[in-house]
This record gives sequence, structure tokens and C-alpha cells, in this order.
Amino acid sequence: MNSQSSTKTIVATGLGAAVFLVLFMYVKVPSPVPETNLQIAYGVSSFFAAVFGPVAGFLVAFVGHALSDFIQYGSPWWSWVVASGVGALITGLCAKKVAPAVEEGRFNTSELITFVIWAVIANAVAWLVAAPVLDIVMYSEPASTSFLQGVTAFGLDSIVSCVIGAILLKAYASTKTGKGSLSKDI
Amino acid sequence: MKEPIITFTDFSFQYFEQSEPTLHHIDLTIRRGEKILIAGPSGSGKSTLGNCINGLIPFAHKGKITGSLNVDGIETKKSSLFELSMKVGTVLQDSDGQFIGLSVGEDIAFALENDLVPQKEMKERVKRISAIVGMSDQIGQNPHNLSGGQKQRVSLAGVMVDDVDILLFDEPLANLDPKTGKVAIELIDDIAKEDKTVIIIEHRLEDVLHRPVDRIILMNDGKIVADGTPDEVLASGILRDYGIREPLYLTAARYAGSEITADLHPASLETFDVSGIRHDLQKWYDDHYNRVPQPQKKEMLKIEDISFSYSGVKPTLNHISAVIHEGEMVSIVGKNGAGKTTLSSVICGFIKPDDGKITMYGEDLSPYSISERAEYVGIVMQNPNQMISKTMIYDEVALGLTIRNLPEEEVRQKVYDVLKICGLYEFRSWPISALSFGQKKRVTIASILVLNPKVLILDEPTAGQDYHHYSEIMEFLKKLNENGQTIILITHDMHLMLEYTERAIVISDAEKLADQKAFEVLCDPVLTEKANLKETSLFELAQKAGIEDPLGFVECFIHYDREVRAHEN
Amino acid sequence: MKIRTFSYDQLDTFVHRLSGLSKLVCFLLLTTAIMLTYDIRIILAIMVLSYIMMMISKIRYSQIKVMLIYVFAFLAFNFILTYVFAPEYGVKIYGTRHQLFSFGGPYTVTLEQLFYQVTKFSKYLSVIPLGIIFILTTNPSEFASALNGVGISYKICTSLSLTLRYFPDVADDYNSISLAQQARGLEMSKKAKMMDRLKRIAGILIPLIMTTMDRIDIISNAMDLRGFGKHKKRTWYAKKPLKRNDYISMAVCLAVLIISLYIRFAVNHSIYYNPFQ
Repeated sequence: MNSQSSTKTIVATGLGAAVFLVLFMYVKVPSPVPETNLQIAYGVSSFFAAVFGPVAGFLVAFVGHALSDFIQYGSPWWSWVVASGVGALITGLCAKKVAPAVEEGRFNTSELITFVIWAVIANAVAWLVAAPVLDIVMYSEPASTSFLQGVTAFGLDSIVSCVIGAILLKAYASTKTGKGSLSKDI
Repeated sequence: MKEPIITFTDFSFQYFEQSEPTLHHIDLTIRRGEKILIAGPSGSGKSTLGNCINGLIPFAHKGKITGSLNVDGIETKKSSLFELSMKVGTVLQDSDGQFIGLSVGEDIAFALENDLVPQKEMKERVKRISAIVGMSDQIGQNPHNLSGGQKQRVSLAGVMVDDVDILLFDEPLANLDPKTGKVAIELIDDIAKEDKTVIIIEHRLEDVLHRPVDRIILMNDGKIVADGTPDEVLASGILRDYGIREPLYLTAARYAGSEITADLHPASLETFDVSGIRHDLQKWYDDHYNRVPQPQKKEMLKIEDISFSYSGVKPTLNHISAVIHEGEMVSIVGKNGAGKTTLSSVICGFIKPDDGKITMYGEDLSPYSISERAEYVGIVMQNPNQMISKTMIYDEVALGLTIRNLPEEEVRQKVYDVLKICGLYEFRSWPISALSFGQKKRVTIASILVLNPKVLILDEPTAGQDYHHYSEIMEFLKKLNENGQTIILITHDMHLMLEYTERAIVISDAEKLADQKAFEVLCDPVLTEKANLKETSLFELAQKAGIEDPLGFVECFIHYDREVRAHEN
Repeated sequence: MKIRTFSYDQLDTFVHRLSGLSKLVCFLLLTTAIMLTYDIRIILAIMVLSYIMMMISKIRYSQIKVMLIYVFAFLAFNFILTYVFAPEYGVKIYGTRHQLFSFGGPYTVTLEQLFYQVTKFSKYLSVIPLGIIFILTTNPSEFASALNGVGISYKICTSLSLTLRYFPDVADDYNSISLAQQARGLEMSKKAKMMDRLKRIAGILIPLIMTTMDRIDIISNAMDLRGFGKHKKRTWYAKKPLKRNDYISMAVCLAVLIISLYIRFAVNHSIYYNPFQ
């Protein structure tokens, strides 16, 4: 990695976490499940993960979520903060294939499929494994509640990560297309 | 003559992702202690030239270099960004992007932190440098409490802290209001006197020449097309050929038919010898002056006694009232943070005023939701990227209609009509990414116009644009206006208000200071001072030439100039 | 939308004078101590300590009012959820059963369950003031240098400091973009289907991400031009050097952690304190 791309990744991580934080705190879109909201921010962390890689993705979600908890509750709920990070980390494993394509202006079916597969795996690991297990280990929460919350989170966050992440990747890729040979329609 | 500090020898550069070189066979020598202005239209390669000097090229932006560039004894392509950053300090156009630290002191110290300077020494150096740029009292402040001009001072301090010999300013005036820009130019001049080599990349010539420079280098299409003293370059008239705006006082002298030569010292109005051209000016004025009566127009949008405060303590708008007439193009001017953007937010219903109301044709707009209001008032934001959410032009313009569930046929008809008005019809199936900035701007204007708002508000429509793009955007708006569209422009660009709007509403520190003809505002020293504007040089020229009614002279110029432009476009 | 950031106050109290590094270490030590115990005696002791610290650092109720509302809502939800899904958890843990009354079905209230839930409730409640103290008395500038001080890579710390720096700017961007898009008709209606809602929110997110990407380019240029990443480490202008009180505070917190671990392993022989046996 040369100096520019590493500086850019660091800056992208910092600003990505800021965007995540803003959305996590202020943007509540009601979900079909009563009394729960869609966390739009997970779409943003999966976008940054896919473009800037797993480490950047992890930090965007981890830092964004931790700061949001600090500001709103005074103290982070670490198990879920870590799970957020793990989700973006695993999503970031698609960056190897997706990031170069997107930078060249491509986000087609094959990139989309790669992205969605990793995003779903990532959310499964994060919410079906990491979050409930850490809840039980770190906070001695009863297993039943932990897993129930995990399943809900898995469903909703997978949808958000995939849909919003893909829309953002598509839009970003489209800004990278060159002028090429376009002709005017008279 | 001092020794060369920057030497380009047959230097060419091509970005990897582009098919053509951006710089062609540049030969240029800059000597130690010189103060240079590099001018040129957008895309002329002037910023690329700057990035070659500071090392962003080729170390951050990759490409192919041929020939040689020597900066203070170093061949740049064999050097590194770090080594060059110790020689060349760069102040970027975007002072918010360059303000990395959480406080003034931290930001100034950033380069030192990266260089492992111990904290104690860091504090001392920050203290010394902040005094030079006049920010000693703000060391603990965070960026959100600073004005644009102050942020720029911090950026300057942040590069000077390395004791660099060369200072490079990339469009330092782009985001500043006229008075702040003037102060910035004075500060740069003071620093240049400390034996620094200063390079200013800017297309706002008249503003930079507020303080003398040694040379102007004019670029076009990646080549140097002129290199000479300001007097020579300005006298030659070459600037207009390359789409750079020359100082207004010179344009006036040319309109009057005077011959401008270098020995008249046209580089600044102070040095400009008007004794020989006085008669030309007077004669031209006598021949062309006729006062055009303004037709009475119908009242449309009324701002009635609006007050608003974010904090509940300090008002941002204090009992502001104004009237916008049908078919007008009006500018709202004033320094940054004076409340002009807040006023537009109140008009659009984004924020509720604490007091007062907005009416249109007598109808109170307050019961309407934000999206309902869009049929009365539409706002176009400064940066097109803040609005564009679709990939294709057609979809972007259609968005507001499809969301309102209009039938597809009607949507298409309306979108096509608006695209024709905006000169985008033949591009309708293009992706937005293929458009230039000016065209993108037109897409965002079209996407608002399609909702058919009675009043169109534009926030700094030409910010950061060179003369060519400025004219392109403004002539387009003028055409819209002539077709009956009422337009409000929020700006601190004096040329814009002078050339395109009859009337200006001046807001300063939450109060409405004036509501009068735009040229009158710019001829009033007290008003311009309070609103962070600058008197127009036309007024000073008329005074200097001893014309009896300088105000009339300015008015005369504006009308004449509009006719000239109308012929050009 | 009102932008609420860390409302850090520049006061001169014992807590404010401590270095951000030692506050971070103390915060981590004490929260770990709480995390690793279910002994209400230790929890209450730390709670008392942290509330005293909050008083010393002159944190006003008005600063934390909103936070407390969120916290109580969360804890109440957690309290009910725990009971609904695991009403016999306390009995399982403590191995005895003292029934108080019954709601019918499996829902009986036992002393054990009540004790477990109260312990858990106070466990969370005692963590809150620690975080509040850390956030409200640490200068955000110092935050990143403190993390670097506990061994986290300076690149990550710099990125964190950029998050804190640009958070308000991004919030402003979001706000203005969202208003402009609402004016075009992008309103979040509750009636819309979930997919439609997501598409509409994307209408705000796309411009937000694109402006953020532009910003990223500018900022990374600015950082490169000022020698970022030149060395394997960096120094910090805003770092506060450690003083005697810093070492004392860290030592006290470390002692608390050790004591709580001692009680867990040598006295209780379990994470739980069991008063029922």
C-alpha cells in the first residue's frame, strides 16, 4: 500500500465513522417489527467496508457505534458494539473483488452477488454468533433473550446492509465512469 | 537577480487515467523571493502545475512525467512528498478540509506532530507562528467557532510552521467574501516580505492585484501563454482572450476607447495613470448615460418581520422584512454567517421563524409542509453533489414528480420541457457523471424547476467557478429570468450582484442593512465595510478620473456591459 | 435537528485535571471490574465511588438529563425482557427458590429472580456514570492521544480524531441534504413499504456519501502535504503529561479490579454473590 492510499483509507475510516455516528443517532426508520428501527447506518458501514476493506469497515462501525452509545447512554454496550464491528469486518472481505471494480466504474451482477453473500454471512456471524455469545460471556445475559434479539437484528440489518450498501456502491461506481463515447440524442 | 528556486525544464505531465497530457513542455523559472500569480481558466493546468511543485504529483496523483522539475535543488520525481513538504507549504482552497485538528493549536501543530517534534517545542513554535497570522488569541478555539478567513489563517500557519521557503496558495479567495479576501491578500503580501517565495494560483485577478505581484503567468490548455509583469500582461489585453476577467476599471477604460499601455501602470488602480484617458472616460460617459426608469412590478413574496435565533439568545435574524416582486432577479448579500442562508431556510420552510411570516401573493405559507412549499419556493444548493441522487439525468430531474405519483406521460412531458429550457435535452439519456460542473448545476436547477416553483432560490450559484463557467451559469439564469422566472441569489460575489441583479438586499449581523440598487451598494463605503463587501473599482476609477457623478458612471458601465455581453452570448 | 455533541466543559476540577490517558485507563479498569462480577456489594461500592466522582467533576444534571432518559428506557426494557424470557434464571443461578407471588403460568416472582435482576440493574447503572465522567471531562482533542497512549496504533487514533473533528460537519451536511430532498418530496412516510422507505432514505444517503467522498479526497491531500505518515509514530500537541494524581487514580482503580477478582475467585468462588446459602 502506498502512502496516498493508506492516508486516504485512514481519512475514509474517520469520516465513515462520523457518517455512521450521525445516522446511528439521528436516523430512525421504522421497521416492520414493532418498536424497532432499521439502523440505516449499517448500510454505510458495509459500503465503506466494501470500498476500503475489512479494517476500515470494522473501525467505521465499531467507533461509530461506540461513540453513539457514549453520547446517548454514557457507556457503550460492548458486546453489540463489537458485533457491529465484526459485521463490517467480514463484509469487508468482499473488498478484494468489489473495490477495484467499483473504482473502475463497475458494479454489476457478479460484484453485487459477491457483496450480498459476504454481507449476509457477516450479519449472520455478527448477530447470530458474536452478539449473543458476547452478551452471555461479558454480561451474563440469559441466552434466550440474547438470541431472540440477535435473530431480529440479523434479519433487519442484513436487509439494510445489502439494500443500502448495494445502492451506495452502484451510485459510487457510476461517478467513476469516464466520459467515454456518448452521443447526443437530438 | 536572485538564484532560481523552482525550475521547470521541458516538463510534461500526463495523469494515468487520462488520454492526453495535462501539461505540455513547460519551461519556467521562479526565483527566490519572487511573488508570482498563476492565472488561467479551469482545466488550463494551473492547479496541476501547483501540485507538481508540492509533490502531490507524482506521489499522490500518479502519472507520467517527462522533462525535469527542480525545487530548491531537488529533482522532484526522485524526491518524496515528505521531503518536498519541508520546502513547499500549500494552502488549499477548502479551508474546512484543510483544518484537520480539533482546535487551532492542534491544527497548526499537525506537521510537527508528524515529524515527532516534542510537545514543549511544538507549543513554542505554534505560539510564535499563530502570532504571525494574528490568531494568538484563538489557539484553543475549535474550527466551528471560526470564520472562513480565520480558518484560512490557521491553514497558512499550519504550513508555515515547517519553516518552508516556498508558499503555494491554491485559489485562496474561492470561499472568502470580498473584504476577507482583501485582508487575506494583505496577509499573504506581508508574509512574502519575509523572504518567502510565494505562488498564488487564482483566476480572480483584480482581487489578487490588490497588492503587487512580480509576475503573472497565464496558462491555457496546459501551456504557458504569457509570462510578464502585471503591467505588461494587463496592457496586452490577452486575459480576455483566455477567458480571465480583467479588472473592471480596465474594462471600463477599454470601453471608453482608451489605449492601455504598460507605462500607464494598469496593474492596480492606485498606480494606474488616468490623466491621459480622463477625457475618453468623460466622453464615453456623456455619450452613453441615460437613466432607464424601472417598471413597477407586482409584489409577490413578502418576508414580514422575520426573527429567528438558533440558541435562543443571540438572534440570527432580527426583524427582517423585504419584498420580492414578480419576475425579479434579486441578490441577498452579506458576510458568511450573517444570516442570509438562515433567511433562505426560513423562506423554504426548513426552519420555523420565532416571529413573523412569509407570504406569497398575500397567502401565508406557514401551514404548508416542506414538500408542499416546493411548489411555491424551490432552493438549489451550492454544490450539485449535495442534491444529485440518481445516475441518469432524466431520472434526477424526474425525481420530484415521480415521488408525487404523477402519471408517467405527464412526468415525461414536464421533464422534457424543462430539459429543453435548461439546454440539457440532447443529453437526457446521459449519466450525470459525464457532465461538467456547470452542466451538473443545470441538472440540479432543472430538478427544482420541474416542480414549477414561483420563486427559485440559488445559494452561491457560481462559487469556485472561473469566468467562463460563471458566465455560462449566470447567462442561463438570466435567460430563465427573462422568461418570467423570479430568482433570488444568495451570494457574496460582487460581480454577480453588480452584473446580474438590479437590486440587492444586504444582511449583516442579523439585521437588514440595505435594500437598494446593487451598484449603489457597491459604491457605498460604509455599507460595503459593514457587509464585508468591497467598493467596486469602477467607482474609484470614476472618482480618480474626476467624473462628476461617479455613481452614474457605474450605472452607465453596467448597462453598457450587459449589452456587450448580450452580443457576445 | 439539534446537533448534540460531547458537551465538554473546560472546568478546573480534580477529575478535569487528570490526563485523558489515565481517565481512559480508569474507565476501562472499573468497567472491567463491573463486567466481571455479579456481586452487588462490589457493584454498589463502585457506584458510590463513581457518583462521588461525578459530583467532584461538577457535572450538572441538565448535561445528562437526556442521556438518563435513554438509559432508564433501555434498562426498563431490558428488565422486562429478562423477566419475560428467563423468569427462572435467578433460581437457576442461586439454586434456591423463595417464591413471593405468581402471575400465573410459568410467571412467578421469586426472591432469587428479583435479586438477580436488581443486581443486573445496578450493574448497568453503575457503569453509566463512569462513561459520563470520561466523556464530559475529557477534552476531545486529548481523546485520541490517550488511546495512542494505551498502545493503539497512531493511524487508528488519528482516524478517531478525524471522526470527532468532522462529526458536526457531517451532521450539518446530513441536515441540509435531507431538507433539500424533502423539499423535492422525499418524505419518510410511515405508510410506505419498507423497500420504498429504504429507497427514499437512499435519496439522502447518496448525496451525503458523495459529498463525504469529495471531503475525503481533500482531507487526505491536506494530510499528505503536511507529512502525515512520515514516521512510524507521531507526537501529540494536545497530550497531557501524567502527574502524581494520575498514577494514584490508576493505582486505586487497579486495586478495585484486583479486589473484585479476589472476591470472585477466593471468596465467592463464582461470578455471583449468593446470599441465599
